[in-house]
Amino acid sequence: MSFMKKPRAHHSDLPRNSLGYTIRDYEGGMSTLCAGCGHDSITAALIQACWELDIEPHRVAKMSGIGCSSKTPAYFLSQAHGINAVHGRMPSIATGANAANQHLHYLGVSGDGDSLSIGFGQFAHAIRRNVNMLYIIENNGVYGLTKGQFSASADVGSRAKYGQENEQPPIDPVLTAISLGCTFVARGFSGDKDQLVPLIQAGLRHRGFAMIDVISPCVAFNDHEGSTKSYAHTREYYHPAIHADFIPPREEIRTEYEKGKAMPVELHDGSTIVLRKIDVDHDPTNRAGAIAYLERHREAREIVTGLLYLEEEGKDLHAWNRTVGDSLVDTQSRSDAAAILEEIQAGYR
Amino acid sequence: MSKSSVNHVNDFTLKVATVNGTGSASANSLLMKSIFRMGVPVMGKNYFPSNIQGLPTWYEIRVTDPGHLTRSGDVHFMVAMNAETFAKDHAEVTPGGYLLYDSTWPRNRDLNRDDIHIIGVPLAEMVNQHFVEPRTRILMKNVAYVGALAGLLDLDLAVIEQLLKETFGERKAKLVKPNMEAVRIGYDYVLEHYDCPLPVRVERADMTRGHVVVDGNTTAALGAMLAGATVGAWYPITPSTSVMDAFSAFCGKYRKTEEGEREYVILQAEDELAAIGMVMGAGWMGARAFTATSGPGISLMNEFLSFGYYTETPAVIFDIQRVGPSTGMPTRTQQSDLMECAYAGHGDTRHICLYPADPAEAFDFSIRCFDLAEHFQTPVFLVSDLDIGMNEWMVPELKWDESYRPDRGKVLSAESLESLSGPFRRYMDPDKDGVPFRTLPGVHPAGAFFTRGSGHSKHGTYTEDAAEYQEVMDRKARKFLTAASHVPAPVIEYCNSTEVGGKKRVRPVRYGFLTVGSGDLAVREARHNLKEKGMEFDYCRVRAFPFTREVEDFIAEHEIVFVVEQNRDGQLKGMLLAELEPEAGKLVSILHYNGLPLASMHVESEVVDHLRKAEAS
Ligand SMILES: Cc1ncc(C[n+]2csc(CCOP(=O)(O)OP(=O)(O)O)c2C)c(N)n1
Ligand code: SF4
Ligand SMILES: [Mg+2]
Repeated sequence: MSFMKKPRAHHSDLPRNSLGYTIRDYEGGMSTLCAGCGHDSITAALIQACWELDIEPHRVAKMSGIGCSSKTPAYFLSQAHGINAVHGRMPSIATGANAANQHLHYLGVSGDGDSLSIGFGQFAHAIRRNVNMLYIIENNGVYGLTKGQFSASADVGSRAKYGQENEQPPIDPVLTAISLGCTFVARGFSGDKDQLVPLIQAGLRHRGFAMIDVISPCVAFNDHEGSTKSYAHTREYYHPAIHADFIPPREEIRTEYEKGKAMPVELHDGSTIVLRKIDVDHDPTNRAGAIAYLERHREAREIVTGLLYLEEEGKDLHAWNRTVGDSLVDTQSRSDAAAILEEIQAGYR
Repeated sequence: MSKSSVNHVNDFTLKVATVNGTGSASANSLLMKSIFRMGVPVMGKNYFPSNIQGLPTWYEIRVTDPGHLTRSGDVHFMVAMNAETFAKDHAEVTPGGYLLYDSTWPRNRDLNRDDIHIIGVPLAEMVNQHFVEPRTRILMKNVAYVGALAGLLDLDLAVIEQLLKETFGERKAKLVKPNMEAVRIGYDYVLEHYDCPLPVRVERADMTRGHVVVDGNTTAALGAMLAGATVGAWYPITPSTSVMDAFSAFCGKYRKTEEGEREYVILQAEDELAAIGMVMGAGWMGARAFTATSGPGISLMNEFLSFGYYTETPAVIFDIQRVGPSTGMPTRTQQSDLMECAYAGHGDTRHICLYPADPAEAFDFSIRCFDLAEHFQTPVFLVSDLDIGMNEWMVPELKWDESYRPDRGKVLSAESLESLSGPFRRYMDPDKDGVPFRTLPGVHPAGAFFTRGSGHSKHGTYTEDAAEYQEVMDRKARKFLTAASHVPAPVIEYCNSTEVGGKKRVRPVRYGFLTVGSGDLAVREARHNLKEKGMEFDYCRVRAFPFTREVEDFIAEHEIVFVVEQNRDGQLKGMLLAELEPEAGKLVSILHYNGLPLASMHVESEVVDHLRKAEAS
């Protein structure tokens, strides 16, 4: 049997969150990805973020498409239901599941191939519907699972492992998401957990579609000299624009922020994100400005990271639908069915 | 008149030829409904183009006893309102029949059959004199031919007026008067110029009590609403669109809280791939969810249907079949998705399919689809078609079964998960019926598992192990066998059956008819007519896939079974051959696939032909 479970020893000395869980309670099966794969670091960040947020593991619904990245939901939150959909179609699964029950945390993991090629349409339309979920693209510029073909996020001039150069312009998920009206758009790097964990936390708490594009190097096929998605290249061109501190509800903001550089934004559930500007010329609540800012830095080949665009007031799918507060899972037979049928049929005589 | 006349009271077919987009649809529906209200059984079929305005369209009405509400193939009365198709329409009338045309303009004198009766009514001229506004003139011309027909066929004007009142309601009540004026224009003219009523006419009767007139997309949607479907996802496609329109209207009325909050979500997806994905997501979450589509949509859904089969995720798919391949003829009917639905998806897949014959059965089967999907944790198809879905049928009133309780299947509750001793294993077979237990997200940590379309063991864990993979596939095959005893049994009728001591004894005749779905009434009528000619046929209508034991027996009992279906390649026959492996040569196809609903005449002549040839050789 190829099923592997990490031994779950009792770690009485590990710290516990307010639910009494240690971080181990948020782990999943043993990863089968290549050692050093960026995706595994994102898994670790997700585990930490959920543990710190005191989320009941089984109140999360994990979902993904197909790819190395999409395998990762098996590696965290083993007490949560997960679903590994077909290639590029996780957004529709998330939309239907969320439509049926709006009370779970929806956590989707996808790849650059999964979201920007085969699943581009579904990705765009889940944004358009503002499905309340966290959507992570583990972006390595290649199709890892099918052994290294360029993906649609590969930069012009980037070289594949065996030398070919990519000549077609990339699709940038961040610019795409902002222009589609996504209400929470961020970029991170699998190699910067300090930045990534609060981004994930804010994304989970955001009411609406939260997209985080995480540069996540593929050590097997895209981590060489000449690749623009390698660890070395990402570190060199890394440009944090804004840092997001996530502060849970009712907790005091303790840090002293420098005036004009910090911007607290209250989320739906009462928690706060303090956006710390590293670049003063960026306003993450101004859509046109954000796009212009990103374009400027793209020309300089910089990889801009942080919470790049945020709109807290957008309506999500259920607000648009005016759905009742309850989940739609429980179907009871109606006692008035016969009467309804009779009333309707009166019009058919 | 020297020529013979069709002399059929309450037994004739009338066809109206018009131009699409001129408002004739409501006039035709008024015509049909008024015959129904006079207590006379009536069939109405709309042959419309895939076009918004300008192309030819026909509406066929058959007035008959309740058993024969199907196309016969004859046309006794043609209302030829479309100059473009006049020659064809003129040629189609059965000898002795009638043709009504608008005599405002001269008729093509080359077309002058002397074996039919020609009735000219200057509809446009009279209507244009009475009404001023151009659009009104177009609409009222249609209402005026209804009036002319009322005079010729002896329809009750009071019934027509009442129907107009109901159609316009209080909000548009002032439209009743001009419409009745238009009716009168046609009515008065024919009364003055012709010997009314004609020998072919309608006579009040009492044969529609306990019946309703409704289309099968509406009833399927009604079934979904009453079965408690809460998520509907779809992408518009003819002829399925009215399913979701009706579902939306029913839910809007009956599934809102007092505060106006919806107890349902309808998602207009970006395409059918997404629509079925949404249904799978909602089904995985535990809701009753469905989509409505047609052949092209099913083609797109294939990958997810394979996923749903393998991961055992409930989903309900209404396929309202239309003419394929490809875009085909979107507004014409066919049964050409039988195989596609039964085996949709890559890999070894099989899906439960229910085949309604009419709107009443579409209602019952719609509800059953939701129960079967959850009971067997798998995609289930309601395989309907354009004829059932979009035409208005006279059917027995829909009945609600008070004992109905939704079958939510084997779902472990939080309490049973709490007391689970070991870890939850998703794909076991504890009851030896092939049906595993499932758990729903968010209910209990002990129920968590990872749903994957990749290889999995019976524990639900990833596997590439040969034996583990096969074990799961074999169980699914057993599950499908179990389903055969839960799906609707076929309808079977023998020519010779007697009851002895409460026990039914049958003596099969040599030949049998076997059909599916909307072929029902035409085959029954053919069987009836053949009997009058001294040829007997037993009858079987398949209502579900997997095929049940009774279907196998029926085939075994007969020397030849004529399989009547509405596609070119004999898909049902192919499925019967593959699934039941009957003796070679036993099944003989009778096929009809030109886009029109099946006519009894076609079935009759094909069978007679076949038997004559067989005899000769
Ligand atoms: C319909 C379909 N076509 C092709 C494939 C093969 N396939 C599997 S993963 C993949 C690409 C995955 O790339 P990405 O989403 O970037 O994930 P990564 O492996 O790089 O993390 C492809 C093409 C498939 N599974 N399904
Ligand atoms: S192939 Fe690339 S993406 Fe896949 S596991 Fe290996 S390093 Fe990660
Ligand atoms: Mg990739």
